Amino acid sequence: MKTLRIEELSKNFGSTEVLRKINLEIDEGNFLVLLGPSGCGKSTLLNIIAGLETINEGNVHIDDYNVSKVEPKDRNIAMVFQSYALYPSMNVRENMIFGLKQAKVSKEKIEEQLEKVSKFLQVDALLERKPSQLSGGQRQRVAIGRALVREPRIFLFDEPLSNLDAKLRVEMRREIKKLHQQLKTTVVYVTHDQTEAMSLGTNIAIMNHGVIQQNDTPENIYNKPSNTFVADFIGSPSMNLIKGNLKESSNKVSFIAHGSNIEIPINGYDFKEKSNLDNKEVFLGIRPEHIFFKKSNEEDFEINLRADLSEYIGHEQIMTFNFENQEVLAKFPSTVKIDLSKNTKLFFDLTQISLFDAKTEERI
Amino acid sequence: MQDKTHSSYKQLEQKSKYTNMFLRWFLYFVLVIFALYFIFPLYVMVVTSLKTMEEIRQGTLLTWPSGLNFDSWLVAWGGRGYGAGDTFLKPYFWNSIKMVVPAVFFSTFIGAMAGYVLTKWRFKGDKWVFLFLLFGCFIPYQAILLPMARTLGVLGISNSVIGLVLVHTVYGIPFTTLFFRNFYVSIPSELVKAARIDGAGFFKIFFKILLPVSTPIIVVTIIWQFTQIWNDFLFGSTFSFGEAAPIQVALNNMVLSSTSVKEYNVDMASAIIAGIPTLIVYVLAGKYFIRGLTSGAVKG
Repeated sequence: MKTLRIEELSKNFGSTEVLRKINLEIDEGNFLVLLGPSGCGKSTLLNIIAGLETINEGNVHIDDYNVSKVEPKDRNIAMVFQSYALYPSMNVRENMIFGLKQAKVSKEKIEEQLEKVSKFLQVDALLERKPSQLSGGQRQRVAIGRALVREPRIFLFDEPLSNLDAKLRVEMRREIKKLHQQLKTTVVYVTHDQTEAMSLGTNIAIMNHGVIQQNDTPENIYNKPSNTFVADFIGSPSMNLIKGNLKESSNKVSFIAHGSNIEIPINGYDFKEKSNLDNKEVFLGIRPEHIFFKKSNEEDFEINLRADLSEYIGHEQIMTFNFENQEVLAKFPSTVKIDLSKNTKLFFDLTQISLFDAKTEERI
Repeated sequence: MQDKTHSSYKQLEQKSKYTNMFLRWFLYFVLVIFALYFIFPLYVMVVTSLKTMEEIRQGTLLTWPSGLNFDSWLVAWGGRGYGAGDTFLKPYFWNSIKMVVPAVFFSTFIGAMAGYVLTKWRFKGDKWVFLFLLFGCFIPYQAILLPMARTLGVLGISNSVIGLVLVHTVYGIPFTTLFFRNFYVSIPSELVKAARIDGAGFFKIFFKILLPVSTPIIVVTIIWQFTQIWNDFLFGSTFSFGEAAPIQVALNNMVLSSTSVKEYNVDMASAIIAGIPTLIVYVLAGKYFIRGLTSGAVKG
């Protein structure tokens, strides 16, 4: 039994297609992050799960029960919003128990829940305050508390940290992670922040233009992006995509960048389909953190590139190199001294590369 | 070299100090002139209403009255006590109150409801509804006189306070809706979403979540509607006469129907009485005219 199952879901606003044939499943206790650029449909998908938006096609199941036409309040979900959405005229206590009162839960039960949750989230001292008298972090806590008292099957988070400042955001991120570890409730979490997604999710679904590009563990998303969009979206700076051709001779595959005569051997790469590789136009994907200034392992490929630009960012520096007029970025510790406009010896870690078809932009 | 720069900065500092001082005094001067200009008519009205007719004939507009003489106020409010032809404001004042209170209440309430629906709930054709409401703001008073007279006739409430309540409510709805719509647009829809998940329905969300934070716009709407309806003359004079007339119509009749001499002191007192309720509303409601009651509950 899946806690949440979405089948062939499509949604349009008028003639604009927002979601296209979405299929998604979450197991009990998992933390699914919907990640994507703004306008990719991730918030709409969350609203559909909550029942706040209607569906054009497809179904949403919670605990194997088709809830596509069920009211939000009856779906056994709770939601935390970006703007916290605390009721301005009510104090913290009234905010937190509003839902339970609507559901006609008994007074004793309400008090019990309120006490448990407010202690747990350390907002028990704030119960009589109005939302306007709380700090950003406290408001966030109360908003989470309001969701918690309902004891939902699924928690929905809609960019809950985007309104906090950088420091508080990191703190709250840890708290949400702890919360999930303790409660083990299923979570669907929308964000556009890849660090948030990576650190929180047990699964990440990357979306673009209303389509799920890849739904996988954070490790696979990072190491084996399924297409160039995912490769480019994850990582900072993003993965280098070097355009070139594959060459296959006597069962040995190698990569030659456009305008270059250097053959980079592709050994031990896990091809999806090992046919018609010869002369195929591809992108060679390699992350900036997998390019080294000294040899890291036996598979490393040594290459000489001209350094064009250096960006110092404290603990590290981002160097831009020229590889036959294609930019290649690398991340080094800031202690390494590299002269600009000169050729530098670099090592590509070939165990960490990805290959994408240049036409379909899919991983091969 | 450095000294020189230092002293020249000193000079500039002095200069800007004098310029600022001059501008400040000039500003006060202009403000005082404007204040006098605006207070002048009120001064003339109050002073004249306190004079006897004798004093008015002998003095000028600006002359101070010889004493506090409220006779003309009493006449304006309660009449002289002889039967026919004695027009005074008291009954019409109550007519106006009976008209303005329900009309302001209903138009504000309906406007709040409509603004809530137009911003927080999507329905087919909502854009058109809004467009027509906007159109309603631009229809001149005169254009609806005839159809409205016919409607009131059919409903059997022409020449009655109830009829005027209906007219003012209907004519006010486009404005009040626009006010509330523009206010509710700025309140995050996430509040409504949160309430829906919490299980609140259409009316509960309106009364429990939105209305409690609407004080500023309610006050604005009440001030606007009260002033409009209280000061209206056209609807009042068209759809009512005699006993059912509101105060502005009575005031007009009173001033125009004076038989022999123009009693300026009574006229002025009547005009002030007719204007006082609007002033009271401004003074009382102005206190609650505080913005940002929602601040903090949403994006901080």
